[in-house]
Amino acid sequence: MDSEPILAFQGVTKRFGTLVANDDISLSLRPGEVLALLGENGAGKTTLMNILFGHYQADEGAVLVDGKELPAGSTLAAIQAGIGMVHQHFTLAENLTVLENITLGTESLLAWRQDIRSSRKKLDAMMQDYGLSVDPDALVSSLSVGERQRVEILKALYRDARILILDEPTAVLTPQEASRLFSTLKSITTRGLAVIFISHKLHEILEISTRVAVLRRGAIVGQLDTADANREQLAQMMVGRTVSRPKLSPIEPGTPVLQIENLTSEGMGATALKQLNLTVYAHQIVGIAGVAGNGQGTLADILSGLNSSFTGSLLINDAAYCTGDPRAIVASGVGRIPEDRHARGMVVDMEIWENLMSEDIRSPAMSKHEILINSKAALRRAEQQIDQFDVRCEGPMAETRLLSGGNMQKLILARALARDPAFILANQPVRGLDEGAIAHVQGQLLEARQRGAAILLISEDLDELMSLTDKMAVMSNGKLSAVFDSQQHSAAEIGLMMASGGHFEATTGQDSGTGELRGH
Amino acid sequence: MVIEPRQSVSILHAGLAPIWAILVSMIICAALINWAGAPVFEAYGLLVKGAFGSAFAIKETLTRSIPLIFTGLAVSVAFRAKFYNIGAEGQLYAGALAATFFGTGLVTMPAPLMIPFLVIVGALAGGALLIVPVLLKTHLKVDEVVTTLLLNFVVLLMVSYLIEGPWKDPMSLGWPQAASIIDEGVLPTLMAKGRLHLGLIIALIMAVLVWLMMRYTVQGYEIRAVGHNAKAAEFSGVRVNRTVIMTAMISGGLAGMAGVSETAGLKGYLTLDLSPGFGYTGIAVAMLAQLNPLAVIPAAVFLSAVYVGSDAMSRAVNIPTYIADVLVGVSVLAVLCSVMFSQYRIRWSK
Amino acid sequence: MSDLFDILLTAGFWAATIRIVSPLIFGTLGELICERAGVLNLGIEGIMTVGAMSGWMWVYQGGDLWGGVLFAACMGGLFGLLHAIFTVYLGLSQHVTGIGITLFASSLSYFVYRMLLPNATTPPKIVPFQPIAVPYLSDLPIIGPALFTQSALTYLALAIVPVTWYVLFRTPVGLAVRMSGENPVAVEAQGINVLAVRTGAVMVGSAFMAIGGAFITMSWFDAFYFGMINGRGWICVALVIFASWRPGRALIGAVLFAGLEAMQVRAQQSAGAFIPYQFFLMLPYVMSIIAMIVMASRTKYPQALLVPFRRGERV
Repeated sequence: MDSEPILAFQGVTKRFGTLVANDDISLSLRPGEVLALLGENGAGKTTLMNILFGHYQADEGAVLVDGKELPAGSTLAAIQAGIGMVHQHFTLAENLTVLENITLGTESLLAWRQDIRSSRKKLDAMMQDYGLSVDPDALVSSLSVGERQRVEILKALYRDARILILDEPTAVLTPQEASRLFSTLKSITTRGLAVIFISHKLHEILEISTRVAVLRRGAIVGQLDTADANREQLAQMMVGRTVSRPKLSPIEPGTPVLQIENLTSEGMGATALKQLNLTVYAHQIVGIAGVAGNGQGTLADILSGLNSSFTGSLLINDAAYCTGDPRAIVASGVGRIPEDRHARGMVVDMEIWENLMSEDIRSPAMSKHEILINSKAALRRAEQQIDQFDVRCEGPMAETRLLSGGNMQKLILARALARDPAFILANQPVRGLDEGAIAHVQGQLLEARQRGAAILLISEDLDELMSLTDKMAVMSNGKLSAVFDSQQHSAAEIGLMMASGGHFEATTGQDSGTGELRGH
Repeated sequence: MVIEPRQSVSILHAGLAPIWAILVSMIICAALINWAGAPVFEAYGLLVKGAFGSAFAIKETLTRSIPLIFTGLAVSVAFRAKFYNIGAEGQLYAGALAATFFGTGLVTMPAPLMIPFLVIVGALAGGALLIVPVLLKTHLKVDEVVTTLLLNFVVLLMVSYLIEGPWKDPMSLGWPQAASIIDEGVLPTLMAKGRLHLGLIIALIMAVLVWLMMRYTVQGYEIRAVGHNAKAAEFSGVRVNRTVIMTAMISGGLAGMAGVSETAGLKGYLTLDLSPGFGYTGIAVAMLAQLNPLAVIPAAVFLSAVYVGSDAMSRAVNIPTYIADVLVGVSVLAVLCSVMFSQYRIRWSK
Repeated sequence: MSDLFDILLTAGFWAATIRIVSPLIFGTLGELICERAGVLNLGIEGIMTVGAMSGWMWVYQGGDLWGGVLFAACMGGLFGLLHAIFTVYLGLSQHVTGIGITLFASSLSYFVYRMLLPNATTPPKIVPFQPIAVPYLSDLPIIGPALFTQSALTYLALAIVPVTWYVLFRTPVGLAVRMSGENPVAVEAQGINVLAVRTGAVMVGSAFMAIGGAFITMSWFDAFYFGMINGRGWICVALVIFASWRPGRALIGAVLFAGLEAMQVRAQQSAGAFIPYQFFLMLPYVMSIIAMIVMASRTKYPQALLVPFRRGERV
């Protein structure tokens, strides 16, 4: 490691209002190195990379590439300096072709024609070189998530990037796709490129990186060679204190609450569901693992009441599920935590109490004859819920948009758990939250389990599922595997099932085939 | 240049936004007045005098504000649900058509029944005109702006056909106009002199009713929720399509009432120049009111004063009357801008 | 029925169709360019009015015809810039801004017209663009007089269709425009300034619209009347949807519409006795609505249409 640093951050500070997202960060990167940037959600990793890539401007400090200061706030300058970024949310236009997505911005905007032939040649050569193959003429909308990521990497390489930044690249991949990505990254670094790898998954970082920098609350709390690091130490550095995540306590499952039989749906533009069978019992958390977009959204929409085009039987406590009517579903004892807090969970432009009564506003407690709102009762209840769920806010009449992600999720939780539901649908309930909020949300779910709720937990995070659920099933290509004990399979085995395209091998043990399981 | 939300929006700041917008509009129009060679302050003085300078002027301004309150309410309800109804002009004429159809002899009732009857059929007609655009929006995702705009032209041609053809008043000496509303249906004037009529009271009542609905009823809550975030509203159980359709009916109904009030109140009969663009000005009214139904009242009076006053001003200092339309157009843009700056701020560097 | 068929065979019908189609082509392509970049431009009606007034006024004040066209285009571009500042830079509602631009632009046009010609009772006239017969081709039966005896602005309108197609689909800047309408973040991530691309597209599109307006006062008619755009701008917005945002289809759609209008003028003369003229005049508006209904479910909107892009905004 005696080569000159190719990239250096010097005292970079970035504030958003009162929040210090990056606090005096200094960091350097050498050719051939894979630097892992480790930190919790909200630790400032993405902000730092957005400064590097010119999306944001730092308030203080500088970024040096090859010893020369990078002009602030210019993506173009960053690209020209050899920086390429693979964003967490792909920056691709779905209705355009792979080639168009890659060549955009590589030719002068004043040119009177595109030199399609020579760009195609360059791209072909590159794909050969790095072993990354994609059909250049395919529309991006026809590509799988893994292929899209390859397009993103090709986009950076096409512009002769020497520093490649990958922001949470494995979040959308199966473990197998992830290991393919890792071998690509290794072949890239042997050519002298440097990689910054952003993640909060420890095992990945230990596998792929040569050096780790740990961010906490916007500041670097430590840097070390990966060879000298171990899991516990990194976790301790990342979180800063030992946060004990709540653990499952053994409890005997009760009666079946949610029963799904032969559920099949066209999906209405989303992934279709094929012959789903699943039963969730009282006092039980069942996890659904799988890469996003394999049908979890369709299932969640059906259970939430947003989609009612399906065949098969759906029972809650042996009664028919109130399909297609969210308020009836809620009234029948279901609590729902949607995947996207901002888009679906809350109307952020309305006040907190208004959001808290949205699900039962037509109930006699909240309105007279479904016409006049009983604001006194609604406000009183909102105050109680704010107290009970420890929502940090100025009061029930505060605007919801002012809340942090964690506090907003607490509100959603408060609303979902308000009537002590028999069944809870929790779709990615902790995504994007910090450790404290995660512990709070998970604790609430476990309490609900203790009280006898049946819980369906949809998540992409295997670690979370394996520690928090009694049983699990894997969703792939619209099919659901048989239910198994959460401790029964290793992460690698589950990964294989996630990547199986729905061709699940018959699982061993007593619960094969039926997808229904009772007892220990 | 970076635009970022303000940490806190002071009520003062937000409430002043329309005032800023009006000031900016007046400054821009001052440039035009100056270009026309008239002394700016004197011209504005004449405008104010023309609108409020005498009892007659005040009554005239209030009379002219009646249709603007209705169309302003129509637009503000619709825009709250992000249903961009730009067809208030057509719905106004639809209301006028209904008032003419039922009010010229087909139905006869004593006035206390006849007037509410006409208001209701006018509202129904205005709402009915929105059925096609709203269903196209909810079921086929066809942009409602274009369909409602196009329907304005269709309705106007329909009016032209009817008053030149089957509904033409034989007593009108060749002018294309419909028969007069029967006496029981005519909105009585409020004061002995002047044209100020019962429509004002109806408009004020509607403003209060719409305000109450938006604030205190489930329907109003659902309209707001759908407008702010239709997906979240749907998730929590609001029937989004039904709410949008309901919003459209209320909006069209309010615009239809404007037509009734103009036909049965001001003129007494339907003509092709019943509305000099009240439907479009309603957009400016609603924007200046920041979609608040009660604020629609002062906003409508203000823009009405601009029209009435600019008539007087242009006669006196020889400025084209279109100056009033320019001010209306600029104020829509200015209020958009000033409301934004009450919520966001621009940072020029870093 | 045979009457209608006979109409189709007259050179006069086709000549009228081509004349009527020209402003629609300019307007529709202008709107198409804006929407391809992700910006709905409902200022079109007002911008066409500005073009009609300013182009005409330029010539009336002694300028030459092409200078008038250029002036109209510049004025259109200016209002396009205003629309872009509001919708692109400030990220304000494209619907409301567009309506505001239309109200402002048309009233300003009328104001300026009255300002400069305060005492004109009958609208004064200019010498408009004259038809140019293309040698040889204009001698062909029917299509000769229809297609090849038109004014220079009509030829420009027809030429601009393939040019727009080429620029949008075969040049780097066209790719940037289309990408801005699909995913502005992707454009930004490739080092291109989305705001500049969108602003440029809106300005060029608005210039097209203004030329469309200028055509009406400088080639079709020879005077400026109040309310002369009469909803043509809104019809263009509908035509863009009908055309699925493709220039070639926009031409086809515009020709269909113009043909319908030319037909209705002629049908009025033959059938006017039984059917009131108002119903003929309604046809274009009704057809626009029907065209949108037909295409609504089959077409893919640009994904980022109506979506503002704010740089450096924290998501």
